[in-house]
Amino acid sequence: MASIRLSVPSKAASGDVIELKALIQYPMESGYRRGSRGEAIARDIITKFECTYDGEVIFKASFGPGVAANPFLSFHTVATKTGTITFKWTHQHGEVWSDSAEIIVT
Amino acid sequence: MIRIALAALIIISACGRQSAGPDPIPEINAEDVVSGYSFLTAETQALQDDDFANPGFLWVDRGERLFESTQGVSQSCSSCHSDGLVGAAATFPKIDPASGALINLEGRINMCRKDHQQADQLPYTSDELLSLTSYTAHQSRGMPINVDTIGQAAKHLSAGEDYFFTRRGQFNLSCAQCHNQSWGQKLRGDTISQGHGNGFPAYRFEWQSMGSLHQRLRDCDTGIRAEPLPYGDQTYVDVELYLAARAAGLKLESPAVRR
Ligand code: HEC
Ligand code: HEC
Repeated sequence: MASIRLSVPSKAASGDVIELKALIQYPMESGYRRGSRGEAIARDIITKFECTYDGEVIFKASFGPGVAANPFLSFHTVATKTGTITFKWTHQHGEVWSDSAEIIVT
Repeated sequence: MIRIALAALIIISACGRQSAGPDPIPEINAEDVVSGYSFLTAETQALQDDDFANPGFLWVDRGERLFESTQGVSQSCSSCHSDGLVGAAATFPKIDPASGALINLEGRINMCRKDHQQADQLPYTSDELLSLTSYTAHQSRGMPINVDTIGQAAKHLSAGEDYFFTRRGQFNLSCAQCHNQSWGQKLRGDTISQGHGNGFPAYRFEWQSMGSLHQRLRDCDTGIRAEPLPYGDQTYVDVELYLAARAAGLKLESPAVRR
């Protein structure tokens, strides 16, 4: 299982701009490298990232082979309501990893 | 005539070099000892200091999960080490009283797996061992290196010191020539540090991963086109002890971030 780290404020006031951060452990093998015997190393990357806030998509990203290992994302949103913020990564072959955090908005 | 004089000169200088021996490379003055951290760019320092963004914490987190897990082992690490292992990493490598051997943190963890968990030893470069070592080392972050170098450890210390000062490889360089004599200077795009092990396991951009101190030593040996020693080799454990003794008092930083 890939290690995931999330940073979501546990509380915020309605209308606050909050920062969300997400880090996932993944080698992001580009597919352009060769091993010590000259053999091609197959591409093995995460291609999609999506963040939803109470079911609504608030941030999306596409990753290519140039993205470094263990991709780190940080972005902002406006705190609107108490709910679940879910982070989802999708591998090139469709495997999905996700994790979520709760935020209380007053 | 000139030829004879030249030959004589060569003989004299050769004799001179032999009797005087190679110029000894001094050790670093205790008050000048600084971590590799001080040679990093401000951006890399900031990444190391950020306990969220520092990618090394992915391994620390995984290590914590493994420490508490009972999967594939007779009992979890935490069932015996319920108070954690604060300060332990700062004292490694150390002599194992039972066998009298000098072991590093990786060796100690694998010993616990074999003797106390009825489990296989983890390969040196496995993500599992790296995660357990990172989790354990992180519990000593900020604590000064404090290794024992007397008694049975003394012969390992001198073997490590010997490796450090011996020239090797196609480039015929010793560790000391770079890390004692040339620290602060540039080598390709890098600034040569004093070569301390206090940040390891560390996340290196070049590896795009966390890695052990032995992986770093293998890179330095490969860099001078010497045959690197195998992971976990006793001589590298001896070098680890010498590095720790020469950096005594320096604070542990794992998970450090390095270029
Ligand atoms: C040709 C010069 C050279 C030689 C010889 C060399 N190294 Fe290095 N070493 C480097 C460079 C460059 C780095 C990366 C930058 C830095 O931290 O110094 C490095 C890094 C290190 C580090 C990691 C330091 C840190 O804070 O991350 C250690 C430990 C180390 N070397 C130990 C050794 C040992 C032990 C030897 C001998 C087996 C050795 N080196 C030989 C150039 C050298
Ligand atoms: C059945 C109990 C048991 C289990 C399970 C166990 N250990 Fe240990 N561990 C010990 C004992 C006993 C020692 C030796 C204590 C000493 O020498 O002070 C030890 C020593 C250590 C030390 C060195 C402590 C020091 O200060 O020198 C480390 C590090 C360590 N264990 C890590 C682990 C890890 C990681 C795991 C799981 C992979 C583990 N242990 C599982 C019993 C256990």
